[in-house]
Amino acid sequence: MPATAPLHLAAEIGGPPRYDPGHYIGLARLAEHGALDFVTLGDSFARPGLDALAVLSRVAPATGRIGLVPTVTTTHTEPFHVSSAVATLDWVSRGRAGWNIDVSTTGAEARLFGRRPAAPADELWREAGESADVGARLWDSWEDDAEIRDVATGRFIDRDKLHHVDFEGASFSVRGPAIVPRPPQGHPVTVVDGTSGPARETAARHGDVVLVRATAPEQAAAARADLRRRAAAHGRDPDTLRVLVALTVDLGDAETAPEPGLESGPPLAAGGSYYRGGPVDLAELIARWHRGGAADGFHLTPITPGRDLERIVNGTVALLQHRSLFRTFYPGGTLREHLGLARPANRYALEGGRA
Amino acid sequence: MHLAAHFPGVNNTTVWADPRSRSQIDFSSFEHLARTAERGTFDFFFLAEGLRLRERNGRIHDLDVVGRPESLTVLAALAAVTDRLGLAATVSATFNEPYELARRLATLDHLSDGRAAWNVVTSSDSFTGENFRRGGYLDRAHRYTRAAEFVATARELWDAWTPDGAPRPFRHRGQHFAIEGEFTVPRSPQGHPVVIQAGDSPEGREFAASAADVVFTRHGTLEAGRTFYADVKARLAKYGREPDELKIMPGVTFVLGDSDAEAQERAAEIRRQQVSPQTALLALEQIWGRDLSSYDPDGPLPDIDPDPESSLVQGRVKHGDPSPSSRLRSSRGGPIAVAARWRALSEEKGLSIRQTVIETTGRQSFIGSPRTVAEQLTEFVAADAADGFILVPHLTPGGLDDFVDRVVPLLRERGVFRSEYTGPTLRSHLGLAEPVWKG
Ligand SMILES: Cc1cc2nc3c(=O)[nH]c(=O)nc-3n(C[C@H](O)[C@H](O)[C@H](O)COP(=O)(O)O)c2cc1C
Repeated sequence: MPATAPLHLAAEIGGPPRYDPGHYIGLARLAEHGALDFVTLGDSFARPGLDALAVLSRVAPATGRIGLVPTVTTTHTEPFHVSSAVATLDWVSRGRAGWNIDVSTTGAEARLFGRRPAAPADELWREAGESADVGARLWDSWEDDAEIRDVATGRFIDRDKLHHVDFEGASFSVRGPAIVPRPPQGHPVTVVDGTSGPARETAARHGDVVLVRATAPEQAAAARADLRRRAAAHGRDPDTLRVLVALTVDLGDAETAPEPGLESGPPLAAGGSYYRGGPVDLAELIARWHRGGAADGFHLTPITPGRDLERIVNGTVALLQHRSLFRTFYPGGTLREHLGLARPANRYALEGGRA
Repeated sequence: MHLAAHFPGVNNTTVWADPRSRSQIDFSSFEHLARTAERGTFDFFFLAEGLRLRERNGRIHDLDVVGRPESLTVLAALAAVTDRLGLAATVSATFNEPYELARRLATLDHLSDGRAAWNVVTSSDSFTGENFRRGGYLDRAHRYTRAAEFVATARELWDAWTPDGAPRPFRHRGQHFAIEGEFTVPRSPQGHPVVIQAGDSPEGREFAASAADVVFTRHGTLEAGRTFYADVKARLAKYGREPDELKIMPGVTFVLGDSDAEAQERAAEIRRQQVSPQTALLALEQIWGRDLSSYDPDGPLPDIDPDPESSLVQGRVKHGDPSPSSRLRSSRGGPIAVAARWRALSEEKGLSIRQTVIETTGRQSFIGSPRTVAEQLTEFVAADAADGFILVPHLTPGGLDDFVDRVVPLLRERGVFRSEYTGPTLRSHLGLAEPVWKG
């Protein structure tokens, strides 16, 4: 990775459950103040909390630039509904939507639906890949210029620019086309946590942004290289992949902690990497890893969202900006633009063009 | 009187060819109409749902407005730009699961401080089912048993939280659902989101009487409205409910003018725009079930008979139509009977195909000066033909502007409609009590 590649930063704004939107709006605005690429909001059917996609939709009109990435499970949900909801988040935010694809592996979650038994992670991640695939097809099922409003012929749409997706997966099929027209970004941004073995293939194949957990730069670099290699094997240009190191951060209440640095394996971030220290040292770590090519950026999960996000933005990010290592304003409007990712061409329009 | 705003959506009511017509997708359109409705102190803002694009002979129907965002997500965003307006989403009970949908609705109720509503629909043709995990799914007989069990289950989930703020385990065993666990969302600000029902069969009416807070109907004429109103309200006692606990709100259109004559003229022009020559032929095909594309829309009706088992046109919600076989038997309903009625009308009045469609497919419309329309609306409510109306404008998104600016003040003057919101929640707008917490 060239040393000049832009640094990408994102933050999780979940935490102990809150039921008032003002809380989430405050955090998203704070992150936007720091010009972060996006915020994520975790979700699960198995623990208290609101539906994350709806919360970020409520946040959308109250913010202007920040990307909005809710966790969406693909296990007990309908792929058709999910793709509509994510596309709609993109419409209401004018091109700032993503979705963090997840699976529900537990029996407790399965019993909430009573539709299918719990299944092994690798099977569910294959299905998650199919969900991502059908989502992208549905987003393409309307070409961008399908709506013509041609008074002379009475045609509202050019139906040759709407397409059945005719998707046949292992556990579901979808005929299409979408109800929602192609969203502003073409495809909202797909985020996948590619740390675990079963998720990695799905991440390499379908992710625009892949999160990895690592406790040393060499480990992150290896994960990134592996993901890029796998992406290439799927016919993708590896440069269309952004690999972010996921860090749980505890910025305490001192500028620098006595022993700053990474620790692995504390109970709060099972299997992940956990940073404890001050905002300045965190900035040092981010700069060092990024400069060394270990990652395209970082996804930070504050241990106490209110306190730590404030320290990330006004401490860590401010310092990175001061050193010209991170942007001070958003040059573009959409999440894809923040990430330096092109708006995807429409597969059906391309096919039509060749025919 | 209760008033709600229907966002003009996917149908030929919306006159997209009008130069004032704007995007039906862009958030600014939703924001404009919702803010207008809130300025008019309306009870709620209403979004319909369709889960598959209409087709004719395997090809997407291309004449009407198509494409809309997903309702609950749009409404969550609208909660940011409105304060009091109720937010109602139509969501199928057939192609969703209780746990997930109850959670999304409770979330909307929290995000809007108690303004969420769910219009429970059941449309379940296998054509729509092709977009879902289940595939075809559910025959007619099971649609309302599923819907009723779905709503009952959702209510169990909405109550599955203790007053001191902890999830209380639930367990539901029924014909359609066997689920258990903990609900992730505390009881919502309204207790339960408002439940609306749209569906006209005896099963649908019974379901409404047993479980709904509001009925969305098409019975908009005075006589049909009174009959429907009396029928549905009479069903309530059986469930231990008072007539006031269910509001009946027909979906109606309106056209305003400075004078009644001007409004009539405008209404005729709007009908011509809504029923273009191509739309007229398609409307005919929906009954005949045959390819009629070679007919002249300005000529007479076809003299061939309809094909009652046809699937030429798919994805159109058939409001109140029984199954094809009982449609054939029924004197009112079947395509052959409808075709005969249309033919008789066209011969009697010398109407072309297009003119016949214009005559027969309009829904109840209040047409006139603001004063006339205000009078008519008031009369309908006074005559027990409705508790209020869901207004369906023909323009997106400015179609409600004139109504709010010119009719609402007259309704307020007459004292039949509120001048300001008196409570924070949609239940309070509708005068509905918070459901008893079965904790
Ligand atoms: C006024 C009205 C509005 C309706 N709106 C919708 C809708 O937006 N989406 C939908 O799928 N079905 C809609 N329906 C269809 C009903 O849910 C139901 O499937 C249909 O009316 C057939 O049921 P029934 O025989 O009880 O009338 C609507 C029905 C009525 C009467």
